[in-house]
Amino acid sequence: MEAWIFFKKTIRMVFVGTKVYYLWCAFLLAIIGVAIAFYIKQLDAGLIVTNMKDQVSWGLYIGNFTYLVGVAAAAVLLVIPAYIYHFDPIKEIVVLGELLAASAIIMALMFVLADLGRPDRFWHIIPFIGILAFPDSLLAWDVIVLNGYLVLNTIVPIYILVKTYFGKEPVRKYVIPLVLLSIPWAVGIHTVTAFLYNGLAARPFWNASILAPRFLASAFCSGPAMALIIFQILRKTAGLKIKNEALFKVAELMAYAMFINLFLLGAELFKEYYSGTIHLAPMQYLFQGLHGHDSLVPWIQSAMVMNITAFLIFLIPATRKNLITLNIGSLLIIVGVWIEKGLGLIVPGFIPDPLGEIYEYLPNINEIAISLGIWAFGLFIFTLFMRIAIPIQRGDFSHSKYAHEAGRTQYERDQSIRKTSENS
Amino acid sequence: MEDRSQTRRDFMKMMSMGAMAALSLGSLSCTQARVEAFLQKHFREMTEAEKKEAIRRLEETYFRKYGKKFHISTQPADAAVLWGYGLDLSRCIGCRRCVYACVKENNQSRINPQLQWIRVVRLKDGSLINLENTEHYYNPEKVPEPGFQYMPVQCQHCENPPCVRVCPVHATWKEPDGIVVVDYNWCIGCRYCIAACPYKGRVFNWGEPNIPPEELNTEVHYLGNRPRMKNVVEKCTFCIQRVRNGRYPACVEACPTGARKFGNLLDPDSEIRYIIENKRVFRLKEDLNTEPKFYYFFSA
Amino acid sequence: MKIVPLLLFAIIAFGVPVFAARHNEYPVSTPPLTEGIFPCSNCHAGMEVNAKKRELKDEHANIKLHHAENDRWCLDCHNPTDRDKLKLANGDKIQFTESHLLCGQCHGNIYRDWKVGIHGKRIGYFKGGERVYFLCVNCHNPHDPKFKSLKPEPPPIKPERKNGR
Repeated sequence: MEAWIFFKKTIRMVFVGTKVYYLWCAFLLAIIGVAIAFYIKQLDAGLIVTNMKDQVSWGLYIGNFTYLVGVAAAAVLLVIPAYIYHFDPIKEIVVLGELLAASAIIMALMFVLADLGRPDRFWHIIPFIGILAFPDSLLAWDVIVLNGYLVLNTIVPIYILVKTYFGKEPVRKYVIPLVLLSIPWAVGIHTVTAFLYNGLAARPFWNASILAPRFLASAFCSGPAMALIIFQILRKTAGLKIKNEALFKVAELMAYAMFINLFLLGAELFKEYYSGTIHLAPMQYLFQGLHGHDSLVPWIQSAMVMNITAFLIFLIPATRKNLITLNIGSLLIIVGVWIEKGLGLIVPGFIPDPLGEIYEYLPNINEIAISLGIWAFGLFIFTLFMRIAIPIQRGDFSHSKYAHEAGRTQYERDQSIRKTSENS
Repeated sequence: MEDRSQTRRDFMKMMSMGAMAALSLGSLSCTQARVEAFLQKHFREMTEAEKKEAIRRLEETYFRKYGKKFHISTQPADAAVLWGYGLDLSRCIGCRRCVYACVKENNQSRINPQLQWIRVVRLKDGSLINLENTEHYYNPEKVPEPGFQYMPVQCQHCENPPCVRVCPVHATWKEPDGIVVVDYNWCIGCRYCIAACPYKGRVFNWGEPNIPPEELNTEVHYLGNRPRMKNVVEKCTFCIQRVRNGRYPACVEACPTGARKFGNLLDPDSEIRYIIENKRVFRLKEDLNTEPKFYYFFSA
Repeated sequence: MKIVPLLLFAIIAFGVPVFAARHNEYPVSTPPLTEGIFPCSNCHAGMEVNAKKRELKDEHANIKLHHAENDRWCLDCHNPTDRDKLKLANGDKIQFTESHLLCGQCHGNIYRDWKVGIHGKRIGYFKGGERVYFLCVNCHNPHDPKFKSLKPEPPPIKPERKNGR
């Protein structure tokens, strides 16, 4: 009964909010609407509406998928210090970090679905109903670990939030094992995703054992960078209580991660360039252009500049502990890693193709629109999560308090939220 | 300004098309055949009765779609057979006759999307295996051209096929006679196999296949040249519909120089066994340990 | 039997009527003789044998010998007395459908490959049906044996990026 009331209240809650909240949701829904139109077109005509070909058979969708799995995995970076080292300021944002991870996984799965030629046959991949080729196919592994991770990252925050709503402390013996499990699991999802490419001897660009560590390192940059920006926005708009100290701590960890990322990339570049075998070709295509084909070169060059700049910003304490430079650095990482791990990782894997052909893939409007739609959907889901989670965490939305405040209108409550956030 | 209104018109057109597509999808899905096709099991999990039923349904669907009566075989592999292919690089002149014979025999989509299971590449004399220097679009008045070598590549029917290993739903597998096949009704279109194949042996129906109905080959095998649908993968099957009846693959018969050879690797008197035992053969990208059953050789 | 129509199909498709050469150990195809020219004895029966090397002007003007022409002339292969037969070096007369024996006298390696099906072309059934062997002369003009170059079939369509729509 209580649970039903809680559920009803949360539903009611996501439909009310400030003007900014409405505008933001309307904006996201508009993008989603356009994307649905494009997706229907893709369903009708087939993947021929994209710029993918037999030569480059994966593109923007799979690039985004890879990036988002990284963002999701990075949630552990927020969880580890909170639970292992009892670092208190971070503890507040663990729930939000895990919900960010859940949103990222939802997006990642949607990108796979968008890339799937026959979504109508989706049931073929469901174990017992269809045939899941486990353990032969790494894609089967990915299906399992990603869905498991999604469950894990929704159960834990929901449990904590519900407990908080009822004014109780979460029971540690339930939470801790799940949280501890989510740490290797996060490493697992990104490792499996790396192995998905890594295991293909046909594609020398991916067939490097450094790929999984590189994936993890870059994930531990891009995920927290996204979290830093989002938490600051929520601090401004929704009155989320996060101390600067917590942000700076995360930023410091990101500096180490970015160093490892750049180091591993350097090691890979050295190996390919110094040995100079025919397997150098994809690397050359990406960084210099190959036989006059160089459409990815400006992209990867800007990504390199962004990543190195961000590394320096996060390395130097003065710039790390300044919110303006911190945010610039975060944005640089979000975009830089997206290029490096999206188009910069997927596309060169296919260039030149196994018979030496070069087709210069870049996404077209259909792919961009659908991708934006999925991003918008992810942000929309995350926004709704936050609409519930933040008031609970702030104690504004709780079993006891809600009864007390039942007489007030939503607008008044939002006003009071804004006031408290200004005061803090 | 004009541009913008053009975009808007296109957008509206697209939106209405989308709505129509959704509607037609809805109404069609009510038809029994579609539901049955949707629920159809994996080929290898079907009983004999279910296979018969699936074939009846497919033949009906093809008749509705193309106005032609198809004969769909499910002839299984012969236990005493392991197919092997030989290609004489010293005889290949790069004329692409094999490509088009294959397209015709195997009902590949002609254009938009254009699908071809054989890719003939041109290499400069002296750089045979460095595939980074291939030319796929050579189009001189006459072949062969001096100073060049030609190499047709198609599915190599690996003993250890990476494409089969990666398929998340076992929609592709190696038959007992060594032919790597696809159940087009089970493929989910993820294209992982295309990424895994080192030989470009697989192509994708990016859109609905286009074949002039009068050019259809109606003698088909379920796992071979029956007409495919959009967004599924397909590949060379050594002409499974022909070779399981003792006939040479279409590319072998089309080759004007007789560079293409085919036979049973388990039969010591076969042409392919003679080639392996008496000629200098090599297999493409042998370092990948895929163990192709496609042997390139030089007879001269 | 299903084989017969299929074989007929092969014959029509490839334009190679099968010779019923019962004495031949290989199921060979028809030699590509110029139309209306065989049997040779129609004209040659009463003609005097002229073994002199010369330019052929009145008849067979299309034949320009480019096949070891310094050492060879018509009657090295064509039988001077029975014109409907060919002649081996040892004097044996053979049918036109056995010309591979003649070619094999010099091109031993290739002849050995041809016999086992490595050189040249086979069509039809390799098992459970009739197989047809192409004769040397189906691909190589015996008077000018170098394989002629061909116009290639069109290349595949080059993939192109599009901006949507």
